[in-house]
Amino acid sequence: MSATFDKIADAPQTGIPFQRDDATTIYERSVPGRRAFAAPPLDVPERPLAELIPQRFLRTTPAALPEVSEPEIVRHYNRLSKRNFDLDTGFYPLGSCTMKHNPKLHERVAGLPGNARLHPLQDPKRAQGALELMHGLQEALAEVAGLPHVSLQPSAGSHGELAGLLLTRAYHEDRGEKRTKVLTPDTAHGTNPATVTMAGYEVVKVGTAPDGGVDVDDLRAKADESVACLMLTNPNTLGVFDRNIEEIAQIVHGVGATLYYDGANLNAIMGITRPGDMGFDIVHFNLHKSFTQPHGGGGPGAGPIAVSERIEPFLPKPQVVKRGDGTFDLDEDRPKSIGKLRGFQGNYGVFVRSYAYIRSLGGAGLRDASETAVLNANYLLALLRRAGVAEYLPAAFDRVCMHEFVLSGAPMKRELGIRTLDLAKRLLDHGVHPPTVYFPLLVDEALLLEPTETETKETLDHFAAVVAEILREAKEDPEIARNAPYTTPVRRLDEAGAAKRPVIRQPL
Amino acid sequence: MSTYTSVTDADRRAMLDAIGVDSVEALFADIPAALRLGRGLDLPAGLSEQEVYAHLRDLAARNVSAEDEVSFLGAGMYDSYVPALIDSIILRSEFLTPYTPYQPEISQGGLQVMFEYQTAISELTGLPVSNASVYEGPSAVGAAGYLAKLTNGRPRVLASRGVHPHSRETLETLSHGYGQTVEEIPLTDGVTDLEALKAALADDVSAVVLQQPNFLGSVEDVAALTAVAKEHGALVICACDPIPLGILQPPGEQGVDIAVGEGQTLGNRLDFGGPSFGFFAAAQEHIRRMPGRIAGETTDVDGRRGFVLTLQTREQHIRREKATSNICTAQALNALAGVIYLSWLGREGLVELGELLVRRTAYARERLTAIDGVTALHDAPVVREFALRLDADVEAVVEQLAAQGINAGYRLGRSYDEYADGLLVAITEQRSKAEIDRFADALAGAVAAHRRATVGAGAEAGR
Ligand SMILES: Cc1ncc(COP(=O)(O)O)c(C=O)c1O
Repeated sequence: MSATFDKIADAPQTGIPFQRDDATTIYERSVPGRRAFAAPPLDVPERPLAELIPQRFLRTTPAALPEVSEPEIVRHYNRLSKRNFDLDTGFYPLGSCTMKHNPKLHERVAGLPGNARLHPLQDPKRAQGALELMHGLQEALAEVAGLPHVSLQPSAGSHGELAGLLLTRAYHEDRGEKRTKVLTPDTAHGTNPATVTMAGYEVVKVGTAPDGGVDVDDLRAKADESVACLMLTNPNTLGVFDRNIEEIAQIVHGVGATLYYDGANLNAIMGITRPGDMGFDIVHFNLHKSFTQPHGGGGPGAGPIAVSERIEPFLPKPQVVKRGDGTFDLDEDRPKSIGKLRGFQGNYGVFVRSYAYIRSLGGAGLRDASETAVLNANYLLALLRRAGVAEYLPAAFDRVCMHEFVLSGAPMKRELGIRTLDLAKRLLDHGVHPPTVYFPLLVDEALLLEPTETETKETLDHFAAVVAEILREAKEDPEIARNAPYTTPVRRLDEAGAAKRPVIRQPL
Repeated sequence: MSTYTSVTDADRRAMLDAIGVDSVEALFADIPAALRLGRGLDLPAGLSEQEVYAHLRDLAARNVSAEDEVSFLGAGMYDSYVPALIDSIILRSEFLTPYTPYQPEISQGGLQVMFEYQTAISELTGLPVSNASVYEGPSAVGAAGYLAKLTNGRPRVLASRGVHPHSRETLETLSHGYGQTVEEIPLTDGVTDLEALKAALADDVSAVVLQQPNFLGSVEDVAALTAVAKEHGALVICACDPIPLGILQPPGEQGVDIAVGEGQTLGNRLDFGGPSFGFFAAAQEHIRRMPGRIAGETTDVDGRRGFVLTLQTREQHIRREKATSNICTAQALNALAGVIYLSWLGREGLVELGELLVRRTAYARERLTAIDGVTALHDAPVVREFALRLDADVEAVVEQLAAQGINAGYRLGRSYDEYADGLLVAITEQRSKAEIDRFADALAGAVAAHRRATVGAGAEAGR
């Protein structure tokens, strides 16, 4: 989508052909007898299937997969792709998601046959390059976290959280303690409380102080010997660095609980301060955030964890280790381990990309990335604090932010009659991805903006100008935003109807 | 050192001015001095792109991949051919670089892909409800266990010993958190022991977990096992290899409640174990307890057809501690590869591929068990993988074959004490008759060299 666009509300068409395709599915393109696949020739005796597998085990009707030719498949998915907005094409300040540039080298190195065609059960002797890479990544992540031991196994952030709570449970059980509660601040991401339940604990919410940090008095009141863990991210989802983190750690450790770091916000602090030095026992990383794994429209990611010495015995199996002779191996012999969280060694292809990123930047580069992320966020915040915007979209906290910040759309709703959702939808007409909306829950009509370090000043200037323009436009005619978007492949969709009468597969 | 930032010195000055601070340092004032790192991160110095490439190329060259040897190694992931059109599509920025589709108006491509994927999985499994992917196979089994727990709250889970060891271990790890215990049902003649299952079943069993084909490659009588589980009101979870589902009776027609599985073999590369995707399909009654994203069809304000993430009141961002799962980021791109692959195979191709695998596998099984010192570990029907017993030191045999450029398969002793002499052999469409013959000849030589009675001498001969 072009950056300058027609302000007229009923702009008829987008500039890109096929965006307004009629959403024909691959099944609807199916024509009996068409095909793409040519099976390799049958070079062994052709025996009837039922001679090899009893008839009663066999399928009677083939799965109704589409019958399409290769050119049609390519065209179908290429046309579908044009109905997606993506980071390589435009600004994507989706708070908490760290939509930074995905370096193109990474796809090349992940695709090297020695990586891409390496079987996960290959004998470690014949997978030394892969294990060395994983070991190198473990060491680098340990250094960034300020914690000595790393498991790369978890598949995403929420999987890392689950690992962290299962480790916490194993740690307390090993000490003969039975603890039932996990504390999460009311600013926490939804995966935190959801994980608590899945790990068999009860959620206890901790409040937020007026400065955006944890309400330390509330924490003190709720921290007792029944508490297994406090899950926190710092900076938190408000973009605020909790100045009381040392005291928080003391309170949590004082009752024998673990302190868990949700690493979704690590992009603010790499090389500046470290969770381990703040007192955290367990950290997860989102390699698909700070460490450039492309999001893929909803994964894949990876959620490695780093832990302190006392948690190490319980880490999942297998662990990548370096033996005395300098070779690398997979260690399954871990008697106190919580076990496996998934198959094999984790999302290795993601490790390759993140390792390449760390080797490209080095320590100084990682620090520069975080500094620039924070600079960009504060610059954008400063632009949005100007007259014409700040009256309607005030910052939730009047202080410097870290790598992201929260605005409240409440005055905008009150004064202009448009909601945060409307602003987000109108942004779509301007060719930018909206910020995260209605999260964190604590802030009314919240917008969470994270520009990341890879954006230019011009992009940030443009975004601020667009927001000001949308507010100005709403002052004249709020209907424009309320009915936006106009130029997208489809306009507002009936989500309530979709949930009430779910059609989640093509009837065939 | 590489950098992917774009801020020049002049930009920085202008930006700091606009913010109203003197230095970037000032932006970090909230971080207590005692917590500052105060030194550079102790990491190797940054490199140029070409240096990083060279380093990673050298590391990759130290792996022996399926590119470098003729591989009969499977055991959960398979060296299947990934057609070129998959790379061409999934490397497109529009699929590679967006986030989860939170703004449906500009994410119709990804959402429609999910809808098409769900349809394909639903067709394969014979179950009406599929989500848009979970992480991978074994954790999908764990997620299915959690769904069973949410459904009936019963305390025991029975898992066949034919379920992939990684799946059983993962289930064990996760269920320890949510409070179920896992018991194992033994195998007899290569398949789940029906009598043992009957004996273990009671009304406190939440779920029975099976795998089709099982870890030893055997086709299980899922319908019979399911029927006895149902007598006690237990849910049946079946971990399925998706390619054999092209020819085998789908789990949905056998009474299975939840079908999950590892999707790697559907158009995803081996990648030393990931990323791939897990699929997760279930009977209609579970639709509001499913984990993960689900795309649904709807219309926009102009009546145009469109797709959205739906039934979100199951999910963590809405329901928080009451969510039916904590999953957020899943494996959308890998699932896209999956649906492209299934479309490429098509209705007839999936069956042809299955038939080819069955026939080549039957040929390989006969050819290998004809070798002196090699017998079938079981006689159950198989699709693409089978288990052998070697009257020889398995590790030495595998090593000797590796030296000849053949990966002989998975040593069952790595996860089954009772099959210390076992070798699990996988056949993919990439393994021709000529390669199978070469394998058979090499195996005959290696087994002869390492016969159990003559292990000492054989080990010498093997060098
Ligand atoms: C603050 C926070 N915590 C946890 C998560 C969960 O991470 P993932 O999606 O990788 O499971 C996210 C992102 O989605 C997040 O923003």
